[in-house]
Amino acid sequence: MSNSERPNQLFRNLNAKIASIPMILTALVVFVGGTAWTVLYSFTNSKLLPRLSFVGLDQYHRLWSTSRWLVSIENLLIYGAISLVFSLVIGFLLAALLDQKIRFEDTFRTIFLYPFALSFIVTGLVWQWLLNPDFGVQRVVRDLGWTSFSFDPLYNSSIVIYGISIAALWQGTGLIMCLMLAGLRGIDEDIWKAARVDGIPAWKTYLFIIIPMMRPVFITTLVIIAAGIVKVYDLVVAQTSGGPGIASEVPAKYVYDYMFFAQNLGQGFAASTMMLLSVVIVIVPWAYLEFGGKKRG
Amino acid sequence: MADVASLSPGADALRRDAAGPSGPKPRHVLSRRNIFLYGTLIVVALYYLLPLYVMIVTSLKGMPEIRLGNIFSPPMEITFEPWVKAWATACTGLNCDGLSRGFWNSVRITVPSVLLSIAIASVNGYALANWRFKGADTFFIILIVGAFIPYQVMIYPIVIILREIGIYGSLTGLVIVHSIFGMPILTLLFRNYFTSMPEELFRAARVDGAGFWGIYLRIMLPMSLPIFVVAIILQVTGIWNDFLFGVVYTRPDTYPMTVQLNNIVNSVQGVKEYNVNMAATILTGLVPLIVYFVSGKLFVRGIAAGAVKG
Repeated sequence: MSNSERPNQLFRNLNAKIASIPMILTALVVFVGGTAWTVLYSFTNSKLLPRLSFVGLDQYHRLWSTSRWLVSIENLLIYGAISLVFSLVIGFLLAALLDQKIRFEDTFRTIFLYPFALSFIVTGLVWQWLLNPDFGVQRVVRDLGWTSFSFDPLYNSSIVIYGISIAALWQGTGLIMCLMLAGLRGIDEDIWKAARVDGIPAWKTYLFIIIPMMRPVFITTLVIIAAGIVKVYDLVVAQTSGGPGIASEVPAKYVYDYMFFAQNLGQGFAASTMMLLSVVIVIVPWAYLEFGGKKRG
Repeated sequence: MADVASLSPGADALRRDAAGPSGPKPRHVLSRRNIFLYGTLIVVALYYLLPLYVMIVTSLKGMPEIRLGNIFSPPMEITFEPWVKAWATACTGLNCDGLSRGFWNSVRITVPSVLLSIAIASVNGYALANWRFKGADTFFIILIVGAFIPYQVMIYPIVIILREIGIYGSLTGLVIVHSIFGMPILTLLFRNYFTSMPEELFRAARVDGAGFWGIYLRIMLPMSLPIFVVAIILQVTGIWNDFLFGVVYTRPDTYPMTVQLNNIVNSVQGVKEYNVNMAATILTGLVPLIVYFVSGKLFVRGIAAGAVKG
């Protein structure tokens, strides 16, 4: 009986199944399989080639006692904090300004968003040039008369990560502005009318009425920014190559360098697993809040 | 361009009414509020335009002028030599045929990647929207969750897979990688679009005896051209701008433009030619910039969709 049933089940809707083969392969082999593979091999002492000789948590112990990794994590935290705070604040302020029924709104939006079309490599190289101490902003200001003026973030290891953040903000705030603007446009005009009738000043309306109403937009934006922060790689490669010294290293670069240059695969796998862990820490609570809550409510 | 509409006041007013922005009404043209508003916007706009301006100006100067002058001043003598050099003779490692090599590599990577990824994702999204089978949603959820996994976790297993098949280091390998990582967002895009189309259309076609591919090719495809354009914009800019996959999955002679650009500019050998570097940088940014300025509103739609992938 089951013999006659089975082929029937399998071949029903066959074309749709064939069309979904790439998705199924990607989901199972690359996303699930690849991730499981990397996590598994992070517990081995693979060097040049992946080998299954387990050493427990040794790679993680080494990782967390390597100064380059600690610098990377510290940089990621600073870069992340700056990206989150400034892109949210600047993005929202720009969106609020554009939302004042102004003329040439499209022109302004086009200008604020164009850097987002450029790659991180192009962004990094432009800002490397602008921040070049011998030719860039520092030189120009010195030529104006302030000879002791000093602004060389890319050559000063204590502030290099801020120099990278400047470029990242230039590239990314346009996107945040667009998302915020879409959020602002989604708010009922009557809210504004009511606030005006009650004589509430505009900034108070924004702060206490509009922003709380835009909570979903803020959460989506937050997730987008957070996911982008963990992945930061090309920008650093283009702007400083991790220098001066190891002052602007980031975790994604650590992973790449250990996998493909230092021929220390185990370290690379352990570091990438830590990156995965950090994403899980951000995503899981968000997914729980967004989707878990609805089911119960 | 996106801002053409705002040049004619009538169209502008119409569009604004339709969009229905909030905020207080504008009063006098030269009120304090307007001066503050436009002043701020113009200053910020100048800041955003500054790097583009400096790039262009620097690329048109000769090296002696760069050493003497200030990066913001316009060139005294315009020269196109840096552009020619960046395109045709700049060196990366042993190759001295300029960025043109990287440009053509990027074209050969981007075109098939865009076509393949969109073909796969659109058929897939259509299957998910109209031909659901048992377990389809589970795979789809894995796919979407997978989009949030940092690429670094998956790059090495993919190296092994590609090496086993024998295409590691080739353009084919990179095309497949781009198709894989474009899949979550594109599938989501197409699935949502096809789901929003009227169910009756699909049923009517079924009654008329059309099958899976027939409905896709004759009904779904012609009716969803806008979403295809959005997907193309998203993929062309995304794949053209990619650096990580390019550097991992290709060899020096098949490097895409971004990787080659980085090698030209950040090479430690030789005298730094900033004008050539900036010309090369503009050349690399040109393709996505053109896509951006031509597509206007559709680009915004694309990134709003693309933003979901994080």
